[in-house]
Amino acid sequence: MAELLKIKREFEEFQKEYYYTNREADENREKENQAVTQIQSWFRGCKVRAYLSHLHKKAIIIQKIWRGFTARARVRQMVKAAYFIMKMNFYEEMAVRIQRTWRGFFVRKYIHNFYARKKYMEGLVMKNELVRRELDQLEDLQKRERDCLDMVKEHTAKVYQAHRLHHLLSTKQCPGVFNSPFRPAPHEMELLLRQQVKYQAPTRLASRGKACLLGIPSSTSSSFPVTLGSPLIKTSRTYSSRPILPPIANKGLYGEAGEAWEQRLHCRELMLCLQTSYMHLEEAQNQLRELEPVRLRGTGSTLHHLSQSSSSFPHPAHTGKSFR
Amino acid sequence: MSQRHVVQVFEQYQKARMQFVQTVADLANRPQNIELLQNAGKTADICFLYSLLARVSVYVCVQRFYKKAAAFVLRAVAKHSPELSQAVVACRGVDALVLCLEEFDPGVKEAAAWALGNIARHNAALSQSVVDAGAVPLLVLSLLEPEMALKRIAASTLSDISKHTPELAQTVVDTGAIAHLAQMILSPDTKLKRQVFAALTQISKHSVSLAEMVIEAEIFPAAMSCLRDPDEYVKKNVVTLMREVVKHTPELAQVIVNCGGLEAVIDYLGNCHGNVRLPGIMMLGYVAAHSESLAMAVIVSKGVPQLALCLSEESEDHIKAATVWSVGQIGHHTPEHAKAVTTANLLPKILELYMNASSSEDLQTKSKKALKSVLQKCTYLPSLEPLLYEAPSNILKHVVCQFSKVLPHDSKARRLFVTSGGLKKVQEIEAEPGSPLQEYINAINGCFPEEIVRYYSPGYSEALLERLDDYQPA
Repeated sequence: MAELLKIKREFEEFQKEYYYTNREADENREKENQAVTQIQSWFRGCKVRAYLSHLHKKAIIIQKIWRGFTARARVRQMVKAAYFIMKMNFYEEMAVRIQRTWRGFFVRKYIHNFYARKKYMEGLVMKNELVRRELDQLEDLQKRERDCLDMVKEHTAKVYQAHRLHHLLSTKQCPGVFNSPFRPAPHEMELLLRQQVKYQAPTRLASRGKACLLGIPSSTSSSFPVTLGSPLIKTSRTYSSRPILPPIANKGLYGEAGEAWEQRLHCRELMLCLQTSYMHLEEAQNQLRELEPVRLRGTGSTLHHLSQSSSSFPHPAHTGKSFR
Repeated sequence: MSQRHVVQVFEQYQKARMQFVQTVADLANRPQNIELLQNAGKTADICFLYSLLARVSVYVCVQRFYKKAAAFVLRAVAKHSPELSQAVVACRGVDALVLCLEEFDPGVKEAAAWALGNIARHNAALSQSVVDAGAVPLLVLSLLEPEMALKRIAASTLSDISKHTPELAQTVVDTGAIAHLAQMILSPDTKLKRQVFAALTQISKHSVSLAEMVIEAEIFPAAMSCLRDPDEYVKKNVVTLMREVVKHTPELAQVIVNCGGLEAVIDYLGNCHGNVRLPGIMMLGYVAAHSESLAMAVIVSKGVPQLALCLSEESEDHIKAATVWSVGQIGHHTPEHAKAVTTANLLPKILELYMNASSSEDLQTKSKKALKSVLQKCTYLPSLEPLLYEAPSNILKHVVCQFSKVLPHDSKARRLFVTSGGLKKVQEIEAEPGSPLQEYINAINGCFPEEIVRYYSPGYSEALLERLDDYQPA
């Protein structure tokens, strides 16, 4: 029993302790509860905070890495672009240099070539000079041609005139109009006249005498040198250079040497006044008839080189004389 | 018997007709007779006359003399006025004349060609009617005939036809006239050469392509030899041809310059006097107007002294106006050109022409333009100085402007300007403040130190003397 009592007392004490403990606990419960709540909440908060900061840190790491990545990518891109731009600038500058040099060259050579222009001007001056000289020469040539033609025309006219005026030729006795004794040398007209009188006897039959008579001027003409060598004179010369028979020995064409002199002595007035009277022919003929017994030779061939038809002339006697 | 009688009657009629035609031909040669003929009957009667003549030409008449006389009448009538030519055309005279051109006798052809030329001369419509009748190929064929007179007339008719419009000229060219005309340039006959060159001129004056065709016929080196022909109208026509060709484009001008044409023309100007110089002067002006290298070519060929001679020798205003215009064309390109012009001492002369009250309006306008254009490029100061003294204010403006451009850069020029009295003259110029002239004067004054400017300003000696009045010796 003691033990039971002990146990009961113990039980009672235990109950009382239990009770007291519970009462203490109850009394402390609130406080402890609160304290525990506080502790728990704080701890939970710490846990959450730790979790959050963990998360935060990780997020930061991720973002950091990502941003670095993108930034580096961008920078690489920028660097590439900048490099490209630098290269382009360089190329452009080089291209500009090339184009500048080329354009300068091209313009100076093909569009505005200063040296070509200078050469052109000099060439032009030379060409001008050349053209001027050529034109001058051409003009000269044409002028000379024209002058030549004019001269030839003039000369033909003079020759024609001389041909018409052949009767004005001077004779041995009487100087002609163009052969004044006061001149140092005969006038050119005189020379032309001498060349003009060119007729030869066309036939032997009629008036051979005339040929003799008329032969004198041709002999005189052939004794004068030919002045102009133009073809016009040639014709008269060739005409007059038909073969004249040489004089028969001792005799001139018309007789002995002193014959004309003697004739002159006898018929002085006839010789001197050739054309002063229109009756001179008849007078001459009369005088000759008087002279005829004295001299057999005919006179005045010079009188009759202008011969008109001398029908009253003693033909047969005359031709007889000429056959000598 | 009666048959013979009838035949006789007809023969009489023929003779009477021929006589009538001949008499009218002789009468119609003079203008007063035309009016008398017209007054004797109405114009209808004249038309009847013409139609009679036209019929006369058309009907085959054995005697070619008849046709010639008829053609003479038409020619004489058509010469006097466009209305009469119109009357001839209206009566189908043109067709008859063209038929005459197909005859063998060169006299008939000549008369017909002359009549056609007289008709075509008056205006474009008449030329068109001549061309429509098919005259042009026949005329070109007559160019090839051996008779000189026929060739002359054919060339002159072609020139009359082609002078009015480009289309007519084109028609003439299409029949191959240019080649034949080009061959005839070297013929020795003077009148033919005149007509040939006149024809080529009329063809080439209308357009670039026609001028190019004329040049392609390669007449140019040969035509220069005709510039030394003794006949002055041949020379004048050659130079007119050159002028018409040169007018169109720089390339054509270049062709002529390259053949030495400038030299030939300048010699021509030196040898002739009076009105015939005009085409030569204008040719130089046209050449120089195209580009500055051509203008330099003119200067290098010594064109400017020759033009100066022309200006001083000629007395007629229109020639002087042309010379002044040419000089302006030469000098207005660059300072080099302007210097060439001014060294020939041309500016004072042109100024004098401008100021001279008796010059015509045209001359004055052209002088002013030439002066302005040359002055704007002139940088050769010694030649500008005389102009300072004599020029009126509108020209003076340009002169002073040039000084103000050159003086800031050239110290020697400044010294010369001061010593020659130019600065003094500039100070004496009165200009409204704010006007361009005043600005130029200020620019010039800015080139010199102030003392010098004050020294040369008018009234300076008086100002100094006034200072003397106030001065107290120490």
